[in-house]
Amino acid sequence: MTQANSIQTSNNAPQKQRKAVALISGGLDSLLAAKVIQEQGVHVEGINFYTGFCVEGHTHAIRKKDKDKQKRNNALWVAEQLGIKLHIIDISEEYKDIVLNPKHGYGANLNPCLDCKIFMVNQAQAWAWAEENGFDFIITGEVIGQRPKSQRKETMPIIARESGAEDRLLRPLCAKNLMPTLPEREGWVDRDQLYDFSGRSRKPQFELAKKFGFDDFAQPAGGCCFLTDANYSAKLADLWEARGERRYELDDIMLLKVGRHIRPKPNFKLIVSREEGENNFLKGYKKQFTSIHTVSHGGPLTLLDGAFDKDDIKLAAQIVARYSGGKSADAVTVQIENYNGTSYVMDVPPMPAHEVKEEWHV
Amino acid sequence: MSNKHTLDCSNLLCPMPVIRTQNALKELNEGDTLEVICTDPGTLSDIPTWCRINQQEVLSTEEIDNQIIFTIKKTAI
Ligand code: SF4
Repeated sequence: MTQANSIQTSNNAPQKQRKAVALISGGLDSLLAAKVIQEQGVHVEGINFYTGFCVEGHTHAIRKKDKDKQKRNNALWVAEQLGIKLHIIDISEEYKDIVLNPKHGYGANLNPCLDCKIFMVNQAQAWAWAEENGFDFIITGEVIGQRPKSQRKETMPIIARESGAEDRLLRPLCAKNLMPTLPEREGWVDRDQLYDFSGRSRKPQFELAKKFGFDDFAQPAGGCCFLTDANYSAKLADLWEARGERRYELDDIMLLKVGRHIRPKPNFKLIVSREEGENNFLKGYKKQFTSIHTVSHGGPLTLLDGAFDKDDIKLAAQIVARYSGGKSADAVTVQIENYNGTSYVMDVPPMPAHEVKEEWHV
Repeated sequence: MSNKHTLDCSNLLCPMPVIRTQNALKELNEGDTLEVICTDPGTLSDIPTWCRINQQEVLSTEEIDNQIIFTIKKTAI
């Protein structure tokens, strides 16, 4: 424990220092919310959830061309700015049920934002109230009206109620638009020093960030995860359709972030790497998937996902050849490696560009 | 008596290596060291940052071929 456990009040009676756990997504709002509460003398620690769909890390790590870009994890960056501990919790298994069966439905894409929020606050609460942690309340960076579906005035009490956090859930950035919560009523925080942000404008947040001296903060365009991305959601929907059931493994959703996905027939698809970083990443899956790589020419590593016969493999090989250095050659030699280690080579004519149908691209 | 432990995070992508490191350190005694083997270049920034904010000491960072090996000393928190 680095901070004092008690603070002196004006009449000198020691008052217990209250503890809040802040949901840290890595974005500006959660940074500000935590800072506002920290400024009031509350001991704040951060909690961050890994769902498998998080934008953090992954794709930057995979793609070589992004190598020069800063690869910081924004949640860690936020915690460092605030000087708080950050607990990162892997909820990827439990999260499947949220993505597959969201009680409150999806947003514009396959993002189950409201169920997701409820689940995260619920998980934060389970962690925070645990005896060894002993936190008093939870804070989030939610702002009324910021997101059309999940951050509305009506959804705020739903999240509080269904997560079980009830009135120990405080949203410092829009608290003044909501009923006073327990921390406010008990005087653990001063309601007057909380905010009344609402709507989609980011201006008040930027001003507050300036006041606190934060710059260089992350501003993800969509939400905090890939599920808000239309292309990504289309790939996930395609996966479910092809399998005839809605389910996924963690490897599936990782692979949806990588390469070109081409489905020439309903029963299988190709995952074709686009550059060296993706190539290296896909190599790690050669023991789980049948893979194709070009031998006579330079070319991308490709994984085959689904069920396929000899003709399908030939078709796939022709597509791979089309994306190789030998795309104008008469024939390209490819090696097919089964996941069990057996392999063979074949010569195929590269598929002409116009035969790779637009609708095959997932 | 301090012990040496090893954690293999090869092929895992951030933030998984950070989560595994965090959880492994929880189980160790003060003074123990943990060697973490990673392949995701993102760990070069993430693991030291996590250690800084959680007051854990990175004794060394080595890059050998495509591997990144951190040695971390568990400090009481
Ligand atoms: S954008 Fe993703 S992580 Fe954020 S609330 Fe929506 S579903 Fe959850």
